[in-house]
Amino acid sequence: MTDAKNEILRVEGLKKYFGSSGAVLHAVDDVNFSINEGATLGVVGESGCGKSTMGRTILRLHEPTEGKVFFKGENIVDYDKKQMKALRKEMQIIFQDPFASLNPRMSISETIIEPLIIQGVYDKKDKAGLQKRVRELMDLVGLAERLINTYPHELDGGRRQRIGIARALALNPKFIVCDEPVSALDVSIQAQILNLMQDLQDELGLTYMFITHDLSVVKHFANDIAVMYLGQLVEKAPAELLFKNPLHPYTKALLSAIPVPDPDYKMERILLQGEITSPINPEPGCRFAKRCPLATAECSGQDLVLREVEPEHFVTCRLVQ
Amino acid sequence: MKELLKVKDLVIHYQTDDGLVEALNGVSLSIGEGETLGLVGETGAGKTTLAKGIMRLIPNPPGKIKEGEIFYDGKDLLALGDIEMQDIRGGHISMIFQDPMTSLNPVMTVGDQIMEVIQKHNNISKQEAYQKAGEMLELVGIVKERANDYPHQFSGGMKQRVIIAIALACNPKLLIADEPTTALDVTIQAQVLEMINRLKKKLNTSMLLITHDLGVVAQNCDHVAIIYAGEIVEYGDLQQVFKNTQHPYTEGLFGSIPSLAANVKRLQPVEGLMPDPTDLPEGCKFHTRCKYVQDICKKNVPPLIDIGEGHLVRCVRCQKQ
Repeated sequence: MTDAKNEILRVEGLKKYFGSSGAVLHAVDDVNFSINEGATLGVVGESGCGKSTMGRTILRLHEPTEGKVFFKGENIVDYDKKQMKALRKEMQIIFQDPFASLNPRMSISETIIEPLIIQGVYDKKDKAGLQKRVRELMDLVGLAERLINTYPHELDGGRRQRIGIARALALNPKFIVCDEPVSALDVSIQAQILNLMQDLQDELGLTYMFITHDLSVVKHFANDIAVMYLGQLVEKAPAELLFKNPLHPYTKALLSAIPVPDPDYKMERILLQGEITSPINPEPGCRFAKRCPLATAECSGQDLVLREVEPEHFVTCRLVQ
Repeated sequence: MKELLKVKDLVIHYQTDDGLVEALNGVSLSIGEGETLGLVGETGAGKTTLAKGIMRLIPNPPGKIKEGEIFYDGKDLLALGDIEMQDIRGGHISMIFQDPMTSLNPVMTVGDQIMEVIQKHNNISKQEAYQKAGEMLELVGIVKERANDYPHQFSGGMKQRVIIAIALACNPKLLIADEPTTALDVTIQAQVLEMINRLKKKLNTSMLLITHDLGVVAQNCDHVAIIYAGEIVEYGDLQQVFKNTQHPYTEGLFGSIPSLAANVKRLQPVEGLMPDPTDLPEGCKFHTRCKYVQDICKKNVPPLIDIGEGHLVRCVRCQKQ
């Protein structure tokens, strides 16, 4: 089990529903997990499964409907605005789309300076201090100094994502939600950014919650992986164990769907029928049952919770012994 | 195998206000009947320009096919008039576009959009065309009652199926698929690719599959061409390119992919960025990023040479051997 001493983030019974009477969309539905300091939790799922909403709800960019989020032992759901602002120094986010998450009218230096001034780390008039910090951060994320006054439209996707990372790092955070930080990038650039994020983690002792739809991306640098389906975690295990011994039928299908870049590898695809079902007013029971090749009548009717089936390996499926 | 498509020394440039964009610089390739050729490269490598060039869909101005020949089934496509070309498009050569969200007409029902291509190429009544459209929908796994629905009523995966139905409606002999699954989730990607392959076998269609995912190539193609800065840098069958990788760029692409099988702690991507197509480097276009660069690479453009059994490589290191 997780060592309570090193635990930096714990989420208990987190729910985020959208809409009111009648149609309620269960974006995040009773999620529980914790992350240790300096570790990476990979959250994997398909579009619409609620993984981004979960990341944002943990940072209270969406207000949770129910549940608790403990950061360094304190429940931040109870924090007021002022406490929350102070906390944002420690919790940051890197967004998915480097084309949409930067203000097109702000230069690189203005973008990186903004959080420093808002949080009062530097005085607005301390031009020299701010410039020094910006250069430090640009150097840290591998942006050439000559780009300091360029605007986002002059830069390619990889460089833009580096700005997003520099902005997130400006306040020396402890915990960063990375919401698909590389999925909009070309594969060689993707690898450059992944290496950078890994170096930064080693150097600065960061804790990541890494949200992605691509299982192969998280495999090599997440400690734990949680698989999400329709707002719920269906399986959670240390990365290696999950790849070696996936237990949930959805995880198995997800793993088998990844095209392996080896012509001699014969894929045994588990083709899922249909697509992700609607998260609006879901019926009790296993959410995956409608697409599951193994589902029986007993799978619906009763909500399932994560159970530990082998050390550190949690799964919801009732068919797993 | 009979040769169906032959492209020879194709050069396509765009004249823009920022200078001459050298998108395609002498590309040659051929596709046999029933064969699938994978075309792999990063954003801006010229993949889509090549596809549009074959379809004669390059907007002129600013684009222009400067040099080269395109033969389809023995016919010189560049010599055909506009009316004859309309017969080819959709009837003989079809294209599946990248983004299913934007390539359908939002104010036409999907049934009408499939009928449009059927009526264009066959002299049949509206009723027969409607029936044929329904059959095409069934073929791609959508019930024909949905022919009267509009694109916004479908999910991403289903929209892509509709586009495939349109592309295959007139039994084309060549299918150009431009990143057909990039916008889709992996489980849906697996479904769509499986379907394309099944239909391709049934109708003995040839395919040019454009992608940046080497995994997709390994599982779906017979031959593969790696394109960089508008030139093919490596070409061969799957075994040659995947198991006996020669070009440093191809090597870098493989180094960028997080492997599911091996336990890699750090990725080995290509350093740097794709060169600006308005300002391509002298000599080998890859020399600015190549780790084996020599003086000669900066002066001379290396030719594409056969290193044995049709395995083509554009690199001076292979010339010496």
